[in-house]
Amino acid sequence: MRNDVQTTTSNSARSGTASQDRSRYSDTALTPPVDVIEDANGITLYADLPGVSREKLNLHIESDTLTIEAESDLTVPEGLASHHTEVGLARFRRVFTLSKELDTEKVSAELAQGVLKLRIPKAEHAQPRRIEVQVA
Amino acid sequence: MYRSLFPRDVFAEMDRLQRDVQQAFDLSPSIRGFARNGFPALNVGGTSKTIEIYAFAPGVDQATLEVSLERGLLTIAGERKSPLPDAQSKVAVHINERFEGRFRRALTLPDDADPEAVDAKLRDGVLHITVQRRASAQPRRISIQ
Repeated sequence: MRNDVQTTTSNSARSGTASQDRSRYSDTALTPPVDVIEDANGITLYADLPGVSREKLNLHIESDTLTIEAESDLTVPEGLASHHTEVGLARFRRVFTLSKELDTEKVSAELAQGVLKLRIPKAEHAQPRRIEVQVA
Repeated sequence: MYRSLFPRDVFAEMDRLQRDVQQAFDLSPSIRGFARNGFPALNVGGTSKTIEIYAFAPGVDQATLEVSLERGLLTIAGERKSPLPDAQSKVAVHINERFEGRFRRALTLPDDADPEAVDAKLRDGVLHITVQRRASAQPRRISIQ
Protein backbone atom coordinates (compact mmCIF):
# COMPACT_ATOMS: atom_id res chain seq x y z
CA MET A 1 0.00 0.00 0.00
CA ARG A 2 1.19 3.43 -0.85
CA ASN A 3 1.68 5.93 1.92
CA ASP A 4 0.09 9.32 1.57
CA VAL A 5 3.36 11.03 2.11
CA GLN A 6 6.29 9.19 0.73
CA THR A 7 9.94 9.85 1.03
CA THR A 8 11.91 10.27 -2.11
CA THR A 9 15.61 10.43 -2.42
CA SER A 10 16.98 13.48 -4.05
CA ASN A 11 18.88 12.00 -6.91
CA SER A 12 20.12 14.98 -8.76
CA ALA A 13 22.52 14.33 -11.56
CA ARG A 14 26.05 14.64 -10.35
CA SER A 15 28.95 15.73 -12.40
CA GLY A 16 32.55 16.48 -11.67
CA THR A 17 35.28 14.40 -10.14
CA ALA A 18 35.80 13.44 -6.53
CA SER A 19 38.82 15.69 -6.28
CA GLN A 20 36.61 18.75 -6.62
CA ASP A 21 35.70 18.80 -2.98
CA ARG A 22 33.58 21.93 -3.00
CA SER A 23 31.33 20.99 -5.88
CA ARG A 24 31.11 17.53 -4.40
CA TYR A 25 29.37 18.85 -1.32
CA SER A 26 27.62 21.83 -2.84
CA ASP A 27 24.28 20.05 -3.18
CA THR A 28 24.76 17.69 -0.29
CA ALA A 29 22.38 18.12 2.59
CA LEU A 30 21.37 16.32 5.73
CA THR A 31 18.07 14.51 5.74
CA PRO A 32 16.18 15.73 8.77
CA PRO A 33 14.26 13.08 10.74
CA VAL A 34 10.50 13.55 10.53
CA ASP A 35 7.27 12.35 12.08
CA VAL A 36 4.23 12.18 9.83
CA ILE A 37 0.84 11.75 11.44
CA GLU A 38 -2.46 11.53 9.61
CA ASP A 39 -5.83 12.19 11.15
CA ALA A 40 -9.27 12.50 9.59
CA ASN A 41 -8.75 16.11 8.48
CA GLY A 42 -5.19 16.18 7.30
CA ILE A 43 -1.56 15.38 7.77
CA THR A 44 0.83 16.85 10.33
CA LEU A 45 4.55 16.70 9.69
CA TYR A 46 7.23 17.45 12.26
CA ALA A 47 10.82 17.88 11.13
CA ASP A 48 13.95 18.42 13.21
CA LEU A 49 15.86 21.39 11.87
CA PRO A 50 18.27 22.42 14.63
CA GLY A 51 19.87 25.81 14.25
CA VAL A 52 17.48 26.95 11.54
CA SER A 53 15.88 30.36 11.84
CA ARG A 54 12.72 31.42 10.00
CA GLU A 55 14.65 33.38 7.40
CA LYS A 56 16.70 30.35 6.38
CA LEU A 57 13.77 27.97 6.01
CA ASN A 58 12.42 27.43 2.53
CA LEU A 59 9.24 25.45 1.99
CA HIS A 60 8.22 24.81 -1.54
CA ILE A 61 5.20 23.05 -3.01
CA GLU A 62 5.02 22.44 -6.70
CA SER A 63 2.17 20.35 -8.02
CA ASP A 64 2.46 17.32 -5.75
CA THR A 65 6.00 17.73 -4.48
CA LEU A 66 6.79 19.23 -1.10
CA THR A 67 10.38 20.34 -0.62
CA ILE A 68 11.80 21.35 2.74
CA GLU A 69 15.08 23.16 2.44
CA ALA A 70 16.84 24.89 5.29
CA GLU A 71 20.17 26.16 6.37
CA SER A 72 21.36 26.40 9.93
CA ASP A 73 23.17 29.55 10.85
CA LEU A 74 25.51 28.59 13.61
CA THR A 75 28.04 31.21 14.51
CA VAL A 76 31.25 29.52 15.52
CA PRO A 77 34.02 31.45 17.25
CA GLU A 78 37.06 32.33 15.28
CA GLY A 79 39.88 29.83 15.21
CA LEU A 80 37.70 26.91 16.20
CA ALA A 81 39.37 23.57 15.67
CA SER A 82 36.84 20.77 15.41
CA HIS A 83 37.52 17.68 17.51
CA HIS A 84 34.38 15.66 17.05
CA THR A 85 31.67 16.24 14.47
CA GLU A 86 28.33 14.50 14.23
CA VAL A 87 26.51 17.19 12.31
CA GLY A 88 28.92 17.88 9.50
CA LEU A 89 26.71 19.88 7.18
CA ALA A 90 24.73 23.03 7.71
CA ARG A 91 22.09 22.31 5.12
CA PHE A 92 18.91 20.26 5.32
CA ARG A 93 16.79 18.98 2.50
CA ARG A 94 13.94 16.55 2.20
CA VAL A 95 11.38 15.97 -0.51
CA PHE A 96 7.96 14.39 -0.16
CA THR A 97 5.40 13.41 -2.74
CA LEU A 98 1.94 14.52 -1.68
CA SER A 99 -1.23 12.79 -2.69
CA LYS A 100 -4.05 14.51 -4.50
CA GLU A 101 -6.60 14.68 -1.72
CA LEU A 102 -4.35 17.06 0.22
CA ASP A 103 -5.11 20.75 -0.08
CA THR A 104 -1.78 22.37 -0.87
CA GLU A 105 -3.37 25.85 -0.82
CA LYS A 106 -4.02 25.67 2.91
CA VAL A 107 -0.70 24.47 4.28
CA SER A 108 0.35 26.13 7.51
CA ALA A 109 3.84 26.02 9.00
CA GLU A 110 5.31 26.84 12.39
CA LEU A 111 8.96 26.82 13.38
CA ALA A 112 9.82 26.76 17.06
CA GLN A 113 13.03 25.67 18.79
CA GLY A 114 14.37 24.11 15.63
CA VAL A 115 11.28 22.00 14.99
CA LEU A 116 9.11 22.59 11.95
CA LYS A 117 5.44 21.73 12.25
CA LEU A 118 3.64 21.52 8.97
CA ARG A 119 -0.09 21.02 8.69
CA ILE A 120 -1.53 19.95 5.37
CA PRO A 121 -5.33 19.72 5.49
CA LYS A 122 -7.32 17.44 3.26
CA ALA A 123 -9.42 19.03 0.57
CA GLU A 124 -13.13 19.47 1.38
CA HIS A 125 -14.24 16.71 -0.93
CA ALA A 126 -11.75 14.33 0.62
CA GLN A 127 -12.97 14.81 4.20
CA PRO A 128 -14.48 11.68 5.64
CA ARG A 129 -18.20 11.38 5.17
CA ARG A 130 -20.55 8.98 6.71
CA ILE A 131 -22.44 7.13 4.09
CA GLU A 132 -26.00 6.36 5.01
CA VAL A 133 -27.03 2.83 4.40
CA GLN A 134 -30.57 2.63 3.14
CA VAL A 135 -32.66 -0.32 4.04
CA ALA A 136 -34.28 -1.66 0.93
CA MET B 1 13.07 4.16 15.23
CA TYR B 2 15.14 7.22 15.94
CA ARG B 3 17.56 8.23 13.25
CA SER B 4 19.91 11.07 13.69
CA LEU B 5 20.40 13.66 11.00
CA PHE B 6 21.73 11.66 8.14
CA PRO B 7 23.15 12.79 4.86
CA ARG B 8 21.59 10.91 2.01
CA ASP B 9 24.24 11.15 -0.55
CA VAL B 10 26.52 8.51 -2.00
CA PHE B 11 29.69 10.44 -1.26
CA ALA B 12 28.62 11.37 2.24
CA GLU B 13 27.72 7.75 2.87
CA MET B 14 31.16 6.69 1.72
CA ASP B 15 32.72 9.21 4.08
CA ARG B 16 30.63 7.84 6.90
CA LEU B 17 31.65 4.29 6.05
CA GLN B 18 35.27 5.32 6.05
CA ARG B 19 34.83 6.95 9.47
CA ASP B 20 33.12 3.86 10.82
CA VAL B 21 35.94 1.66 9.60
CA GLN B 22 38.46 3.99 11.20
CA GLN B 23 36.52 3.88 14.43
CA ALA B 24 36.50 0.10 14.37
CA PHE B 25 40.29 0.18 14.38
CA ASP B 26 40.38 2.59 17.28
CA LEU B 27 41.45 0.12 19.94
CA SER B 28 41.07 2.35 22.98
CA PRO B 29 37.84 4.32 22.76
CA SER B 30 36.50 6.33 25.66
CA ILE B 31 34.95 4.31 28.50
CA ARG B 32 31.66 6.12 27.84
CA GLY B 33 31.84 5.17 24.21
CA PHE B 34 31.13 8.61 22.80
CA ALA B 35 28.90 6.77 20.40
CA ARG B 36 27.61 8.44 17.33
CA ASN B 37 23.95 8.79 16.48
CA GLY B 38 22.96 9.53 20.03
CA PHE B 39 20.56 12.28 20.93
CA PRO B 40 21.38 15.10 21.00
CA ALA B 41 23.99 15.02 18.26
CA LEU B 42 27.19 16.69 19.45
CA ASN B 43 29.83 18.77 17.76
CA VAL B 44 32.88 19.50 19.87
CA GLY B 45 35.63 21.93 19.07
CA GLY B 46 38.04 24.21 20.76
CA THR B 47 39.89 27.45 20.47
CA SER B 48 42.99 28.43 22.43
CA LYS B 49 40.79 30.02 25.13
CA THR B 50 37.62 27.94 25.15
CA ILE B 51 36.08 24.54 24.54
CA GLU B 52 32.92 24.77 22.47
CA ILE B 53 30.21 22.13 22.56
CA TYR B 54 27.18 22.24 20.30
CA ALA B 55 24.32 19.92 21.16
CA PHE B 56 21.65 19.64 18.48
CA ALA B 57 18.50 19.27 20.55
CA PRO B 58 15.55 20.63 18.58
CA GLY B 59 12.21 20.77 20.33
CA VAL B 60 13.62 20.24 23.79
CA ASP B 61 11.98 22.39 26.42
CA GLN B 62 14.51 24.53 28.23
CA ALA B 63 12.90 23.61 31.55
CA THR B 64 13.70 19.92 31.11
CA LEU B 65 17.24 20.54 29.97
CA GLU B 66 19.96 19.89 32.51
CA VAL B 67 23.62 20.60 32.00
CA SER B 68 26.02 19.61 34.74
CA LEU B 69 29.74 19.52 35.11
CA GLU B 70 31.25 17.30 37.70
CA ARG B 71 34.89 16.35 37.98
CA GLY B 72 35.55 17.16 34.38
CA LEU B 73 32.54 15.24 33.09
CA LEU B 74 29.99 17.33 31.26
CA THR B 75 26.51 15.82 31.17
CA ILE B 76 23.61 16.99 29.04
CA ALA B 77 20.28 15.49 30.02
CA GLY B 78 16.67 16.24 29.33
CA GLU B 79 13.47 15.02 27.86
CA ARG B 80 11.75 15.51 24.57
CA LYS B 81 8.01 15.02 24.48
CA SER B 82 6.59 13.12 21.57
CA PRO B 83 3.90 14.76 19.46
CA LEU B 84 2.60 11.32 18.60
CA PRO B 85 -0.88 10.56 19.83
CA ASP B 86 -1.64 7.74 22.20
CA ALA B 87 -2.58 4.37 20.84
CA GLN B 88 -6.31 4.86 21.37
CA SER B 89 -6.80 7.80 19.03
CA LYS B 90 -7.87 7.26 15.45
CA VAL B 91 -4.83 8.54 13.65
CA ALA B 92 -2.19 6.89 11.54
CA VAL B 93 1.52 7.39 12.11
CA HIS B 94 3.18 7.05 8.72
CA ILE B 95 6.74 8.04 9.55
CA ASN B 96 8.27 8.07 13.02
CA GLU B 97 11.96 8.89 12.94
CA ARG B 98 12.31 11.63 15.51
CA PHE B 99 13.75 10.95 18.91
CA GLU B 100 11.41 10.89 21.86
CA GLY B 101 11.83 10.43 25.57
CA ARG B 102 14.61 11.05 28.04
CA PHE B 103 18.19 11.44 26.98
CA ARG B 104 21.60 11.80 28.62
CA ARG B 105 24.96 12.26 27.01
CA ALA B 106 28.24 12.80 28.72
CA LEU B 107 31.65 13.81 27.60
CA THR B 108 34.95 14.27 29.35
CA LEU B 109 36.42 17.72 29.16
CA PRO B 110 40.14 18.30 28.87
CA ASP B 111 42.10 18.93 32.08
CA ASP B 112 42.43 22.64 31.47
CA ALA B 113 38.65 23.23 31.42
CA ASP B 114 37.53 25.69 34.07
CA PRO B 115 34.39 24.36 35.82
CA GLU B 116 33.65 27.84 37.15
CA ALA B 117 33.38 29.42 33.73
CA VAL B 118 30.73 27.52 31.82
CA ASP B 119 28.17 29.28 29.71
CA ALA B 120 25.19 27.61 28.00
CA LYS B 121 22.80 29.12 25.47
CA LEU B 122 19.82 27.53 23.76
CA ARG B 123 18.79 28.98 20.42
CA ASP B 124 16.75 27.45 17.60
CA GLY B 125 17.14 24.03 19.15
CA VAL B 126 20.92 24.16 19.42
CA LEU B 127 22.50 24.17 22.86
CA HIS B 128 25.83 25.93 22.76
CA ILE B 129 28.08 25.36 25.76
CA THR B 130 31.26 27.35 26.13
CA VAL B 131 33.80 26.26 28.72
CA GLN B 132 36.72 28.58 29.35
CA ARG B 133 40.18 27.10 29.57
CA ARG B 134 42.14 28.01 32.68
CA ALA B 135 44.40 30.98 32.16
CA SER B 136 47.44 29.04 33.31
CA ALA B 137 46.91 26.51 30.55
CA GLN B 138 46.64 29.04 27.77
CA PRO B 139 49.59 29.22 25.43
CA ARG B 140 52.08 31.87 26.45
CA ARG B 141 54.98 33.25 24.66
CA ILE B 142 58.05 32.99 26.81
CA SER B 143 60.42 35.84 26.39
CA ILE B 144 64.07 35.00 26.23
CA GLN B 145 66.27 37.10 28.44
